[in-house]
Amino acid sequence: MHAEMLVLQFSRKVVDQPIIYRLVKDFNLEFNLLKAAINPQQEGVIVMELRGHPQDFRRGLKFLRDAGVQVKRVAGEVRRNDELCYQCGACTAVCPTGALYIERPAMSVAFAAERCSACELCCPVCPARAMEVKLNRNAI
Amino acid sequence: MGNYQVNKTYQEINEKIKKGQAVVVTAEEIIDLVRRKGEAEAARTVDVVTTGTFSPMCSSGAILNFGHSKPPIKASRAWLNNVPAYAGLAAVDVYLGATEPATDDPLNKVYPGEFKYGGGHVIQDLVAGKTVHLVAESYGTDCYPNKKLEKDLTLKDFLNAVLFNPRNCYQNYNCAVNLSNRTIYTYMGPLRPRAGNANFCTAGQLSPLFNDPYYRTIGIGTRIFLGGGVGYVCFPGTQHNPGKLRGENGVPLSPAGTLMVLGDLKKMSPRFLVGASLLGYGCSLAVGLGIPIPMLNEEMAHFCAVTDEQLLAPIIDYGHDYPAATGRVLGHVSYAQLKTGKMELDGQEIPTVPLSSLVRAREVAQILKEWITQGQFLLGEPVDLLPGSDEIHCVPTASRDS
Repeated sequence: MHAEMLVLQFSRKVVDQPIIYRLVKDFNLEFNLLKAAINPQQEGVIVMELRGHPQDFRRGLKFLRDAGVQVKRVAGEVRRNDELCYQCGACTAVCPTGALYIERPAMSVAFAAERCSACELCCPVCPARAMEVKLNRNAI
Repeated sequence: MGNYQVNKTYQEINEKIKKGQAVVVTAEEIIDLVRRKGEAEAARTVDVVTTGTFSPMCSSGAILNFGHSKPPIKASRAWLNNVPAYAGLAAVDVYLGATEPATDDPLNKVYPGEFKYGGGHVIQDLVAGKTVHLVAESYGTDCYPNKKLEKDLTLKDFLNAVLFNPRNCYQNYNCAVNLSNRTIYTYMGPLRPRAGNANFCTAGQLSPLFNDPYYRTIGIGTRIFLGGGVGYVCFPGTQHNPGKLRGENGVPLSPAGTLMVLGDLKKMSPRFLVGASLLGYGCSLAVGLGIPIPMLNEEMAHFCAVTDEQLLAPIIDYGHDYPAATGRVLGHVSYAQLKTGKMELDGQEIPTVPLSSLVRAREVAQILKEWITQGQFLLGEPVDLLPGSDEIHCVPTASRDS
């Protein structure tokens, strides 16, 4: 399973085409939409997490580019600074992928980096500001 | 003295501590002991039970005396790392409040505000040994002619530094939900709409005032663990309200008792005093606080054996009821339930989210246990007890106890 956060930009020419539908149907990919908007110039932008088999993921990305969609990979990676984290659990309220979760009965807060989609929602919510965004070199 | 099977005095327990013979357990460890041996036997065996809590406690701050300069100044306004401190005291005394944001903080103008740096963070930087920048201004007097002072100081350079928290250690606290249709940002953390999450903020069965519900041993002069050092209960905290409705076990069903505490900041640690930024709400200070409870008799063993199943938090809607001060309580939920990660409200399953660090609360109780076991920490017998429910007139707060 491979997952990545993507920013897609649609030109006026392609904004009315069912591109995401094809991405799901033809490439068996799962998407989680975080933002979608069309500006007054009729250009669209979508921020979403795309998830699937690595091979499907690559083919899907090629399809998007061939269709005229500009694809930008979000090069962020969220890490936890364990020196700063005081293990409260506030972040678990907002984490959409369950990467941050409470281990019971210890009530310690665990961070499964492989499940993190780098949405960064936890960063401002952490009272100790222990969640840091770093450049993900693998994604560049 | 009541009709107890076990009768111990503070002096007797302190003698045992000095000899390194005191038996000390945490408020979690005593539960099983009482279950196995009974209350009287547990009180006979154990001398002290240690409690602990670690969470943001907004009513905290530090009294700092930065020493006289040459020429001297009577500071009328002061800032530490750009965070205003109250200077309406004598010449070089200031009070730095934990929730004071830096002067250039955008606050909630960009909603929800991030509140990245404030008084709590300055306090953490000080105990971490970092240098802070002091700016003081004055109108100048004949005896204090200096009108402006700027200098860099570390905690060692202050003449005195006292952590002085007017209200800490709430006995019970609200479980916060949001029944409105938009996400709200509160001191109880972000609350998603339509009861998307339920946030709670006490250490439950390990929390100090849950283990001494009638303040039989915690009073003025009680020596405590505060911020990694030694502190004292110096008075009932502000909004101390022992008259709240209690369950059959004597434990209040809503926020009730509070403590005013102080201690030498110079001996505290950045692990147990952590600056906090509460999204959309403000700055704060997470405080580690632990209180030893002497096993004077079997009644104290009974109180300390309280479990999360028997401790109930009131569920409050912060979307409407709390800001409108309706005082409505949606129901009660046990800390045992809250710690499972989900609860039910009107047939809806809601994820529960802790804001209080149980991991670090356990660390506090454990360290206090070691201090006492090793004979480094003696119990302070209260010179006066805190007001109980029959002694104090309290103005109702309509569940607004922040």
